[in-house]
Amino acid sequence: MFGYLGKRSLHSVISVLGLLVLVFFLTRLTGDPSYLFLPLDATPQAREAFSKLHGFDQPIYIQFFNYLGDLLHLDFGESLRQNRSAMAVALEAFPQTLKLAVVAITLACTLALVVGSLAASRPGSLFDRFASLVSLAGASAPDFWVAIVGILVFAVSLGILPTSGTGTAAHWIMPIAVLMLRPFGLLVQVVRGTMIGALASPYVKTARAKGVRRQQIIFSHALRNSLLPVVTVAGDLATSLVNGAVVVESIFGWPGIGKLMIDAIIQRDFAVVQSTVLVTASAIFILNIAIDLLYAILDPRIRYQTT
Amino acid sequence: MTAIPTDLKAPRREPGKARVLLGYLVHDKLALLSAIYLLILLAAAIFGPMLIGDMSTKLGLRQRNLAPFTLDQGWAYVLGADTLGRSILARLVVGAQNTLGIAAAAVVTSMFIGGTLGLIAGYSNRWYSHVILRLADVVMSFPSLLLALIVLYTLGPSIPNLIVVLAITRVPIYLRTTRAEVLELRERMFVSAAKAMGAGSLRIVLRHIAPLVMPTLITIAAIDFASVILAESALSFLGLGIQPPQFTWGAMVATGRGYLANAWWVAFWPGLAILLTTLSLNLLSSWARTVADPQQRWRLQTLRRAPR
Amino acid sequence: MTGIANPILEVRGLTVDFLSDRDPFRAVDSVGFHVSRGETLCILGESGSGKSVSTSAIMGLIDTPPGDIVAGRMIFDGRDLATMTQEERRDLNGRKISMIFQDPLAHLNPVHTIGRQIAEVFEAHGVAKGAEAKRRVVDLLRRVGIPDPEHRVGQYPHQFSGGQRQRVMIAMAIALQPAVIIADEPTTALDVSVQAQILELLRDLQAEYGMALVMITHDLEVAASMADRVMVMKGGRIVEEGYARDVFTRPQHDYTRKLLSALPHGSDADKGHRRSGKSAGELLLTVENVVKRYTLSSGLFGKKHHVNAVNNVSFEVAKGETVGIVGESGSGKSSIARILLRLNEPTSGRAIYRGEDIFRMNERELLKLRRKVQMVFQDPYGSMNPRMDVRSIVSEPLRIHRDILPKSQWNDRVVELLELVGLKAEHANRHIHQFSGGQRQRIAIARALASDPELIVCDEAVSALDVSIQAQVIDLLADLRTRLGLSYIFITHDLPIVRHFADRIIVMKQGEIVEQGTTQALFASPQHSYTRSLLNATPHPKWESGTVASLSARVS
Repeated sequence: MFGYLGKRSLHSVISVLGLLVLVFFLTRLTGDPSYLFLPLDATPQAREAFSKLHGFDQPIYIQFFNYLGDLLHLDFGESLRQNRSAMAVALEAFPQTLKLAVVAITLACTLALVVGSLAASRPGSLFDRFASLVSLAGASAPDFWVAIVGILVFAVSLGILPTSGTGTAAHWIMPIAVLMLRPFGLLVQVVRGTMIGALASPYVKTARAKGVRRQQIIFSHALRNSLLPVVTVAGDLATSLVNGAVVVESIFGWPGIGKLMIDAIIQRDFAVVQSTVLVTASAIFILNIAIDLLYAILDPRIRYQTT
Repeated sequence: MTAIPTDLKAPRREPGKARVLLGYLVHDKLALLSAIYLLILLAAAIFGPMLIGDMSTKLGLRQRNLAPFTLDQGWAYVLGADTLGRSILARLVVGAQNTLGIAAAAVVTSMFIGGTLGLIAGYSNRWYSHVILRLADVVMSFPSLLLALIVLYTLGPSIPNLIVVLAITRVPIYLRTTRAEVLELRERMFVSAAKAMGAGSLRIVLRHIAPLVMPTLITIAAIDFASVILAESALSFLGLGIQPPQFTWGAMVATGRGYLANAWWVAFWPGLAILLTTLSLNLLSSWARTVADPQQRWRLQTLRRAPR
Repeated sequence: MTGIANPILEVRGLTVDFLSDRDPFRAVDSVGFHVSRGETLCILGESGSGKSVSTSAIMGLIDTPPGDIVAGRMIFDGRDLATMTQEERRDLNGRKISMIFQDPLAHLNPVHTIGRQIAEVFEAHGVAKGAEAKRRVVDLLRRVGIPDPEHRVGQYPHQFSGGQRQRVMIAMAIALQPAVIIADEPTTALDVSVQAQILELLRDLQAEYGMALVMITHDLEVAASMADRVMVMKGGRIVEEGYARDVFTRPQHDYTRKLLSALPHGSDADKGHRRSGKSAGELLLTVENVVKRYTLSSGLFGKKHHVNAVNNVSFEVAKGETVGIVGESGSGKSSIARILLRLNEPTSGRAIYRGEDIFRMNERELLKLRRKVQMVFQDPYGSMNPRMDVRSIVSEPLRIHRDILPKSQWNDRVVELLELVGLKAEHANRHIHQFSGGQRQRIAIARALASDPELIVCDEAVSALDVSIQAQVIDLLADLRTRLGLSYIFITHDLPIVRHFADRIIVMKQGEIVEQGTTQALFASPQHSYTRSLLNATPHPKWESGTVASLSARVS
């Protein structure tokens, strides 16, 4: 089993490194980065001084080596807008997103398991069709639009929830609701689908032949075997949660890493962009390892590979 | 010569496939509604701009911020008008063409690139298939929206760039699925049989494996179409997608955002259009999955019982 | 023979349909049977005969819809099942009536230990739980012959072999000492020697616990060795039933006779016409010291160890000869086939075909070889592309080797080949899913003949077919051999079927050849103990307990 984990970790490390290289080349691709940094009416001398100061005038391969060297020294550059370490800025914003994401995915998973298994145990029933429709709608809805409509209804018209910011418990409600909508919808579909498949499988037939109660069959056999595909999908969803976080944090003014990244992009603060990419990629990398570990715990065929 | 007993049985004549599918569709009311909606939408997207495209840019002082659900100013303003007095309905139709067009271009591109790369990565064991896989991992491991934002920002937000970036972020999905199927298919006996007959790799991949992978690719493309619409809408909403004067539904939501308090319909209708379109696509693909599953297909059939 | 007491289980007039938007498909039509304690009833039939559905209905395993129980009464121990509540029927399963299935790997939950799955029977019926249940599970495992049960009780299904998994299923079935056990093709997926062990286990358990056994099978010899009474089914109906001895030695119905005639039987003298009988011609193929070694390592830093799938195998095939290679799973017989066709590469050795070493050939020479040496695969469905029509399938060799025939003649050649294997010209337009298993295998044979080969390797070519069809296909191969002067390497796990087809037989075990010789000599006086055990593992008729003669020798 550890060979399996080791190989997967190696792949993730390569992915993160590849990503950093990609970002480097992308941000240098437009020729003279000073055009991206300074106002359009800056003088050529100002540009030259700026380029010299940040090493943009050097040949690209030298810039790359400098970049790698800085990375190894854990120097990720300074935020041009805030004049402090870009990594510090990114690491400050990250926990805010983490809080939001963890709550959202936990809620989504738990609710989806409940709703999905109930729907699968009575396929074709009214509950099943209703649950399928609602979950599909959730998975299809554009999150920015739902956020806006939510603000319109609950904040502007009814006035029961705040429009943006953090602070009270009420500030959490809409951001989490919007963030978990798509994962919930997708997970219900997955849970329902895999459980219907599991309930039709040969080992469930054996359980019925043994006289096992229906309740027990659903939990102990069908649900248990559906956990594996759900974990896989949940792992992929974590990546798309960051997408959702960008939109949700922008609209609701939540000071997380998504908002930081899009602000940094618009403000042309590339050191911050790089730091946020690294922080996000590392977080995803750690999450993937956790998912792989979870997978090995859940599936004895991986734990005890027969030679 | 010894007579060889043969056990020939007359193979069954199957009823027309189209009729059977139509029957399944009628049985599932939601899927039927979705299909109808999508057909109307498609017609509107193709022909609409020719018919009422002018209305989408026609400014009207008297219709500024007109509320919807009144026919005083004519049927074109039934969904209301924006702050410049332009008919929302007309703009929805024009926006439909852009939204669907960009999404279709992105999907077709990524299906083609992802499918081809998947075939190569799945069938051969050489070094380049590993490289392809690593690249796909890199792209897939990073949130697509962020990747798209970065690329669009550095390269500039034009429609071709938008399509390319959307396509690239979806390629890994097609690649991985194709590769997984190819890996399974190449162990099948008919591939061994083809090799035993002397068929070369190219022939096997093109003649035997690719046709069997196509249905899966198309199924993914249908679901992916919905995801691409959502992605493009988000990008346009954030301002890095399509640029004015052109617009998609996502861009319309962004323009309407500033007028939420007094003209909510400007942002509402385009978002609802996105929701209905993606929902219809998802409902149809869910239906298609039931049709394709021989164990579940009976749910879509009108079962005929024997008389007791 | 047991005394006929009141039957513990009785089924009358059972009719089951499967519904769709077309006319309902009648899977079981007015079927009735009964079985008493201590008695074994075998339901015999080929695929599609409705044998499994008949018994699934008793356990309530048919989902309605899409199934529909149209009519019938099922009576257990005097009580009509239809009068029982849902809960009572659930309780009946596992406690009074239990079932064993065909494919134990699929029928066991992969994420629960087998100990837990067996204990589940105790827990579901409130008989025992926790440590007490575990203790009883260990006893059960010991009873069914699993060594080291205390340790293995915590292992998962994939860590057991096929035969052991079936023993686990049997343990689950006998846990509460039910009155009736239904066994649905319990040994079909197992090797002959393992099959013999499992059947013996079932007989022992029946003798000890005195339960009724309903065994479903398509294998006549298994049925003959287990059954007190037999019921033959075809197309959802009962065709014949009675005491086993009567049905097998004096069959009344045509279908029963047809099934029995398909058994390879009779003495050498009268049935040997299938053998070519010619004296060996020139040497076509000489295989010398072929070795295929696999290196397995556990994990990233694990110890490597080697497995020889093929170990120093040498044999010869002469023109016009049919060589049978017989062995069980893991014997290396299929590996040899794949290596000879260069689908896999050998580790060492030579294979000389008409003077050239196959393993040293380059691309061009291999292409030429592939015209002369062809293969027919085991799976009649999987070995052909389901998307291609029959014409494209059969003409593919012509497409690959462009110099066999000009394109304009391809269609005619396809028709010629189809007729050669007993099919018709109009079949060329159809797709393979429209044909039966036997017909598909004929198409595969037609494809193999397209390039005018000299040697055809048949890798378990008839193993996936029904018994009666197997005989037909072998007859076809024999006929083609006479007409076209072909040579065969016929690979199988079923020793009896090559008895009247092969000139020489090679017996393989775990990668090595343990014995080879002419068919007659091998069957008359097998030298190696393994060969002898293979011959003896063929199930023997129950009513002849004490004699070694097999069913085929008893059928006249």
